[in-house]
Formats: sequence, C-alpha cells, structure tokens
Amino acid sequence: MDSQFWTYLLVGITFTIYIGIAIWTRAKSTKEFYIAGAGINPVLNGMATAADWMSAASFLSMAGLISVLGYGGSQYLMGWTGGYVLLALCLAPYLRKFGKFTVPDFIGERYYSSSARLIALICAIFISFTYVVGQMKGVGVAFSRFLEIPFESGVIIGIGIVFFYAVLGGMKGITYTQVAQYCVLIFAFTVPAIYISLQATGNPIPQVGFGSKTMDGVYLLEKLNQLSVELGFEKYTDINRTTLINVFFITAALMFGTAGLPHVIVRFFTVPKVRDARISAGWALLFISILYTTAPAVAAFAKVNLINTVSNARYADVPDWFKNWENTGLLQFDDKNQDGVIQYVADSQINELTVDPDIIVLANPEIANLPAWVVGLIVAGGLAAALSTAAGLLLVISTSISHDLLKKNLNPKISEKGELWAARIAIAVAVIGAGLAGLNPPGFVAEVVALAFGLAASSFFPAIILGIFDKRMNKEGAISGMIVGILFTAIYIFYFKPQLGGPGTPDNYLFGISPEGIGTIGMFINFIIAIIVSRFTKPTPERIKQLVENIRYPK
Amino acid sequence: MKVNHHLIFDMKKKYWKQNLIYLRILLTVWFICSFGFGILMAEYLNNFYLGGFPLGFWFAQQGSIYIFVILIFIYVYLMNKLDEKYDLKE
Repeated sequence: MDSQFWTYLLVGITFTIYIGIAIWTRAKSTKEFYIAGAGINPVLNGMATAADWMSAASFLSMAGLISVLGYGGSQYLMGWTGGYVLLALCLAPYLRKFGKFTVPDFIGERYYSSSARLIALICAIFISFTYVVGQMKGVGVAFSRFLEIPFESGVIIGIGIVFFYAVLGGMKGITYTQVAQYCVLIFAFTVPAIYISLQATGNPIPQVGFGSKTMDGVYLLEKLNQLSVELGFEKYTDINRTTLINVFFITAALMFGTAGLPHVIVRFFTVPKVRDARISAGWALLFISILYTTAPAVAAFAKVNLINTVSNARYADVPDWFKNWENTGLLQFDDKNQDGVIQYVADSQINELTVDPDIIVLANPEIANLPAWVVGLIVAGGLAAALSTAAGLLLVISTSISHDLLKKNLNPKISEKGELWAARIAIAVAVIGAGLAGLNPPGFVAEVVALAFGLAASSFFPAIILGIFDKRMNKEGAISGMIVGILFTAIYIFYFKPQLGGPGTPDNYLFGISPEGIGTIGMFINFIIAIIVSRFTKPTPERIKQLVENIRYPK
Repeated sequence: MKVNHHLIFDMKKKYWKQNLIYLRILLTVWFICSFGFGILMAEYLNNFYLGGFPLGFWFAQQGSIYIFVILIFIYVYLMNKLDEKYDLKE
C-alpha cells in the first residue's frame, strides 16, 4: 500500500474523530462557549494549550529552520517555550482569579476604561487574524502536496471542519478537539524521530540520540560539524558572535509575546481554580517540550542524512523522493557545471541545490526510508497542528466581537441567548473570512506573524503585568504605555520590512536588532512610559485597588 | 473585630511578600539558564562537553527547556504549600 492510501486513511480517521467530538460537546451557554464552563481538567487543558500553541509552523517548518540555522535556530526553541514560565508565574493564576472571559475584559475592568478595552480588542483581533490566515494557508498546502487536491479545495475542506466544531461547540468543542489533535500531532512528530534516531545512533530517544555516537564511532554533532565545514558552511553548533545580540532580542520578544498572546492566555480561564491554572501551565509546557526538544534532534539527523544522500551524488542515481520533491519546487537542482553531479556547498556561485527548509519534516520519512504509513501520519499531524491553532485564534476573534464589542460596548442589555447567537455568528464569519484570506493570502501575511509576537509583547504583556503587580498603575499610564509601545514596534517593523514596502536596510537597525526582535524594546518602552505617566496623573480609584488586592489571593 | 481585620491584612501581606520572593528566585534561574547559559555565555560553555553536545549548544536547544518545565512545577509545589500555610486554599 502506498503513502497516498495511508494519507487518505489517517486524515479521514482523524477528521471523523474531530467531528464526533464536536457533536458530543455542544455549548449551551455563553460561559461554555467562551471558556468551556471553566470546568476543564488541568491536564487536559495542558494538552489543549499545547495543541493551541503549536501551529503548522512549529510542526512543519521549525525543525527545517533549525537544520539550516544550526545554533541560530535556538532562538525559536527557547523563545517559544520560555514564555510559559512567565505565564505560570506572573499571569495565569491571577487572571484565573479575576475570572472573566477575555483579555480585553481584564484590561477594560482593571483600567476602568472602555477606551482601554477597545484598544485591547483591536490588538487582539489584529494579532489573531494575521496568525490564523497563515494556518489556513498551511491547511491548503498540506492537502495540495499530499492528496493531490487543489490548494483551494484543501482550504475549503479545512474551513468546513473548523466551522463545524467551532460554531457548534465554542471553547468547549475546541478544547476537546484540541486534546485529540495534540495526541495526533505529537505521535506523528515523535514516531519518525524515534525511527531516525534508532537508524543513526541505535538510541531510541531522539533527545539523547543526537548527542550520541553514530555507527562509525564519531559523535553525530561532530560529524555534522565536519560535514558543514567541508562544504564551506559554519560549524553547526558554533555561535555566530555578530548576530548574538539579535538572537538575544528575538528570543526575548518571542517569550514575552507568548505570554501576551490572547489565545494562549484565554486557555487559563477554562480551568476551575487558581491552583489548576498554575499546574495547567506546567502540563502545557511539558507537552510542548516533547515536540520542542525532539525538533532540534530531527533537524540534526535530517541534515546529516540529506548531506550524505545528495552531496556529490550523481543526479542520475538520486532516490525517487528527490525527483518527487523537485516537482513541488521545494527542491531545486541546477547543474551549473554540467557534470551530472550535485554540488551542495555554501558558495552560491558553485552551489547547485536549493532546499526549502519545510522539506526537512515533510520529506524526512522518505529520506530515511521509513514505512509508507509514516508519511500519512505526518500529513495528519500537520493538519492537526494547523486546525487546532486556527480554532483557538478564531474563538478569540469571535469573543472579542460578541462579548467585548457587542455586549460590553454596543448593547449591554443583550440577553444570554442573544449573545450566544452573536458569538456563533461572529465565529462563523471569522472562519469564512480567515478562509478567504487564506485562499488568497495578502503578501504581508507571512511577514506579520513576526509582527504578532512583537505587538503582543509591546502591548498586552506590560499592561497585564502592571495591572497585577503595580496597584498604582492607572488608566492614563496603561493606555499611553500600550499606544506608544505598539506604535514604536509597528513602525519599526514596517520601516525595516522591504516586503511591506519599508525603505530601511539592515545597516540601519537600532543596535543591530532585526524587526523580529524589536518587540522587546517596544515592551521596555511601554513599561517606562506607563510607570512615568501613572506617577504624574490621578491615582487609581480605591475600588480598583481592592480589585487588584483581590486577584492576588486564591481565596 | 478590628484587631482580627488587621491580622488578616498582615497575613495577606506576608503571603504576597513570600510569593514575590519565590518569583524573584525562580525568574533569576529562568534568565540565567536561557539568556545566560544558552546565549550570552554559550560560546564559552561550548568548550565543555556533555556526551556529544557542546554545553552551550545543549543549553540553548535542550537544557533550558527542561529547566523551564521544572521551574513551573517547583513554583506550583511552593505555592500550594504557601496557600495552605496561610489558609488561602480554595
């Protein structure tokens, strides 16, 4: 049986499970629709958070990026995990105690201001929407590459599935589907990794395997360093001193951004108690770390395999997968010196092979000669990762509209039933909107995912932290901090992104910080402005001080 | 009644102070293991090896993540005990 058959079978089975869960977990109240009735078991919430968090990019692209960047890829590994420590220690328990539905809810009440709520709600929608479009595109790509279904039909199938369980079940349906999706994606990611680790080093644990010796008695990483040097690349494990400051700032922006992303924060509203919110963040990071510690191992194994297979191989002798992936354009061979041999080297004048990083995860099973069903598993896993993240983001968009905008701003007298219907309509519109944008993604979308983290770090993170830890923080301080922080970050990103029409060049970076890392500076600016302004304006009202006092204690 | 009220206020203050001490210690470890060992000191640590891993590289791609997980579970343990001590358990 070929991989096509397995892909259809595994994708079919997993989709049936998601639909089954949706029918079983219909939401009956707004509380169920927004925060799953605050009744989710903390371990299950940890799994759901992990699936919510790990997107198509984590699953399909990250290992490939690391294998290209070597040590430089560490910024994604630390940046996309370290934020959970901040979440668990500084945000989740207090926001759970606060006990409302959304992040704009917290900002609006804590800063006793509907303009603060409005700013927060615009940020939440913008961040979530740019993020979700990328996921929809990922769904289309996975379908079109593996099932020979046109890209557009792939996106439409994806929309259909998410539509079904998000509109029906709201947060409740999304949570239980995400639990299933976590199981699918983690199984799909680790199984090939275990195979490859066994093949290369005889050790079944990839995390240990990539620090072990290969069959010829040389440490794998040492071998990789040697191969890289021979081909003219930098050593894989070496640290490039000139970019180190940038690595520092990008790591920080991703961490603080993680702790400020509304679709992650809102997951901690779904557990019953404060202590559950704390432990749930622990479970979430544990589940996430399984993928995040496996990915660098996959990156190293795949790079060795790739170099061994293609470097100086005769083009006539390359395995089938090479030609298959050439057809997709992800692998390009240009025989510059017409010798019929593949030169894969650092020097771009001589190099004849262009490798898209995505191929590392996608083609890994074929490169390592794994059984056909593993390929099907990878596709099902990639779809699970994309769909689970998309659903979480769409819920943030819909609650922002039905709860924060409609209920809290436009029509406070709306009935519970009316609000639930509004939420359903909002999520339906959001799903379709995201799908349409995914079909025809505006050119800037890929670029603005970096923007999402920068904006979250420079807007929400300081506003929430100060809201909890600084009683004197007032609305004037918080609002001016958020506005200046966001504007600074957004302008810097637009200025230095040629893809967005910006005129800036890397030579003019502030302290050598690229747009991906500037959110860290934006965050500090936000903190400083907020604190200064708050000390020169009217003090916080007594009832708000009471509110802050109240969220600091579990009881 | 008034005395009692003050007592509760005092207890809560102590609880919050202890919480902040925990945060300071754990976040210092968080910073040192990731930004310190994994980035700023990584080049130096790469002179040492853990099996086949240069140590700085290991911290950046493996060690820091394990430590993040452990830190959260330590915090949960400490806070659960603190909640009980000050009778603030839900």
